[in-house]
Amino acid sequence: MSVLLFTIIVLVGAFLAGLLGSLTGLGGGVIIIPLLTLGLGVDIHYAIGASIISVIATSSGSAAAYVKEGITNVRIGMFLEIATTASAIVGVVIATYIKADYIIVIFGVILLFSAFMMLRKKIDHSNNEKTSVLANYFKLNGSYPTENGVKQYAVHHVVGGFAMMFIAGTLSGLLGIGSGALKVIGMDNIMKIPFKVSTTTSNFMIGVTASASALVYLHKGQIDPAIAMPVTIGVITGATIGAKILLRTKTDKLKVIFAVVVTFLALQMIYKGLTGGA
Amino acid sequence: MSRQIKHYLGDKDVQIILGTLLRVGVVVSTGVVLIGGIIFLMKHTHQPISYSDFKPEEAKFSSVAEIFKGLKTLDGLAIIQFGVLLLIFTPIARVVFSIFSFLMEKDYMYVLIGTIVLCVIITSLYLDVAH
Repeated sequence: MSVLLFTIIVLVGAFLAGLLGSLTGLGGGVIIIPLLTLGLGVDIHYAIGASIISVIATSSGSAAAYVKEGITNVRIGMFLEIATTASAIVGVVIATYIKADYIIVIFGVILLFSAFMMLRKKIDHSNNEKTSVLANYFKLNGSYPTENGVKQYAVHHVVGGFAMMFIAGTLSGLLGIGSGALKVIGMDNIMKIPFKVSTTTSNFMIGVTASASALVYLHKGQIDPAIAMPVTIGVITGATIGAKILLRTKTDKLKVIFAVVVTFLALQMIYKGLTGGA
Repeated sequence: MSRQIKHYLGDKDVQIILGTLLRVGVVVSTGVVLIGGIIFLMKHTHQPISYSDFKPEEAKFSSVAEIFKGLKTLDGLAIIQFGVLLLIFTPIARVVFSIFSFLMEKDYMYVLIGTIVLCVIITSLYLDVAH
């Protein structure tokens, strides 16, 4: 395949990944990897390197858009980033020692899980019972403005949330993804943080975590500039347009269609890994 | 209550500066990647490429030093990789910025927590995992 043709195909694919990723909330990484490996026969190592760049691009791009809407709790983000950044590096190191086929299978399983999480109805568990000693000590409880004035919220199960972030970070480093689905479980379900805060805060963490892994992947030679170029430009353009469409469109039906596609891709990745197709 | 409102307003200012920082980071890095991409494509349009095997030993720009060396010769791939580096450093700039805002709030516990996160990231910059 010539450089030009490869660039054009990846550019179009990355644009769609960015667009669908931001419309469905699934992020770009989970689509970039199957596109490159299944679609274009790219080795999983290069696909992971390209994906981690797309994760940073999506995170920073949408964070800039989020600033007006949600309220990031920088303390929660920073506190949990100790877990996510340290474990991301652990993940990258693990990736160096295990077979590529296993990484592909793990990726497929996480992809299935993300599709399931995307369709599940989200329930806001937040309340204002400031019972957690650790949350009080680390000043994690916060407030955000609503139409009816400032609303207070309390953070719960700090240890459980921290542990979940350690798992999310490890997978992020291992697979080159944002681990958004796991971060949602950690923040919404375990720590009971309100949506308005958890969405933007987890986005903040995804970017910082991915940049820690990206630096290690750069040194390992997994970030190839000729792949990174169309991926970066495509994902950023797609995600920016997606964020604008999202403000005035309902995406429920799209999510169902997309979940089917993602499930299909996930099964194909698992098959590829199990049959040693890597 | 009045103290709380003041605190919230401070956060809002910080968020606006942060939003600008992120947007500038994304726009500038995409621009640099685009320029490098055009230079690279003009020289190598029809050159065949294959990524079916992972060859880390052939990776040309896999460290900050190599990228800067390549920039001097205006190598398209080095320029792309420099743009990628800018993109990687955008969220890190956000961490540094947050540490400063904690410092201004005199919240030393979070200055420490932010510094720990920054140290972990810097470690990753120097971590040389075997190929």
